[in-house]
Amino acid sequence: MRFTEEHEWLRVEGDVVVVGITEHAAEQLGDVVFVELPEIEAMVAKGDEVCVIESVKAASDILAPVDGEIVAVNEALVDSPALVNEDPQGDAWFFKMKLDDLGVLDDLMSEDEYKEFLG
Amino acid sequence: MTDSQTDLRRTALHALHLELGGKMVPFAGYDMPVQYPMGVMGEHLHCRDKAGLFDVSHMGQVILRGPDAALALERLVPVALAELPLGRQRYAMFTNDAGGILDDLMVANRGAHVLAVVNAACKAADLAHMQDNLRDLDVTEVTDRALLALQGPQAEAVLAGLLPEVAKMRFMDVADHDWNGVTLWVSRSGYTGEDGFEISLPNAQAEGFARALLAHPDVAPIGLGARDSLRLEAGLCLYGNDIDTTTTPIEAGLTWAIQKGRRVGGARAGGFPGADVVLPQLAQGAPRQRVGLLPDGRAPMRAGTALFATQDSETQIGTITSGGFGPSLGRPVAMGYVPAQYAGADTELWAELRGKRLPVRVAALPFRPSNYSK
Repeated sequence: MRFTEEHEWLRVEGDVVVVGITEHAAEQLGDVVFVELPEIEAMVAKGDEVCVIESVKAASDILAPVDGEIVAVNEALVDSPALVNEDPQGDAWFFKMKLDDLGVLDDLMSEDEYKEFLG
Repeated sequence: MTDSQTDLRRTALHALHLELGGKMVPFAGYDMPVQYPMGVMGEHLHCRDKAGLFDVSHMGQVILRGPDAALALERLVPVALAELPLGRQRYAMFTNDAGGILDDLMVANRGAHVLAVVNAACKAADLAHMQDNLRDLDVTEVTDRALLALQGPQAEAVLAGLLPEVAKMRFMDVADHDWNGVTLWVSRSGYTGEDGFEISLPNAQAEGFARALLAHPDVAPIGLGARDSLRLEAGLCLYGNDIDTTTTPIEAGLTWAIQKGRRVGGARAGGFPGADVVLPQLAQGAPRQRVGLLPDGRAPMRAGTALFATQDSETQIGTITSGGFGPSLGRPVAMGYVPAQYAGADTELWAELRGKRLPVRVAALPFRPSNYSK
């Protein structure tokens, strides 16, 4: 698994990358009550706002961690936003992306580097 | 610790908040718990189900002393205070010359003095306002007392375990009660829509008293996050969001707080700042009104969200002033201001969220019936 400074995780699954938010991010957000997912087949660039995630406290965005095409979204989160708090690094993935080059993941943090980043 | 943190003031319960795992945030110049490990949702539901303990010591407690102090305070508020009986409290608001609201407050007749409880962010301005305009009174901020709130359906049973006489108090009663030789100033009121109490007591005893309440299995500490969602479901105004210097009490739907004696034809009609704006609005209706709003979908609509009459109209008609997710309702709820012709219950409006228009329905406030002990 790779990690971004925006507290997303990325996991390679065949030829696609699964993206979600980290346990740390879910804990910081608090109880998630609303999730808006991107359109399938949307082409996104790194840094684009692709998901909206709202907790009781506040709204925040999930940014595309890399360039690519959205090929699947986790509709279960729309009906059960609380999944994000229950299993952020497992069942509560947000979307899957197809990348031109999986090599860009090497620029992201490893789990150890992310832990160090959190301090 | 950074410099910005050292600048923040601390209440008498600060160490207890840290011990309880409170997540501290700056709020109105104080370092306050926004939530505890239970989380905003859990804390909200716990307070509705059992009892929640809040530290509201950041709020201002101001004593007014002098001949006819309550009558004198009427010069600054559109509320009848002169006949407020001993041991009773009333909701009031300071108005400005334009009829806008400078702050909202609770005013209690405690016999020896009048006690005003004002918002934390406004307290310095409120104190100056009262001192400048009530020169016949001695106006003093109470700085040696903490203020706790115990709210929820089990609040009476829990507090009566320490202070049996509180069971006799009714909503908006105020009374002194003795706890281990300390005099507590207790009012049966709050900011959650639940039955409950607010307790003012010396700083030195505040932590011990809070621990005595928390020892009860039904009591959990509640942070500012749930305090906001609880008051929102109860349709209560947050100063700075739902009411401010640009909103009149009539627009804000606070007409109920203006007793007959201060209205046109009353024994002490007018005589408060902005009466020439507020009283005509009261008679003729305000051009815009604060309303409850229920978003159709699941997306919370927060303060600042623009409101429109139709899905494609270009002219914004109003703005959401408070909004979020209502844990007890399991859905988003909001409040905002709209022109009077759109203020009727069930009127369908449109809110613009992230560039998209989403339907929202005008709804009666409160969203959830209050459980006051009347």
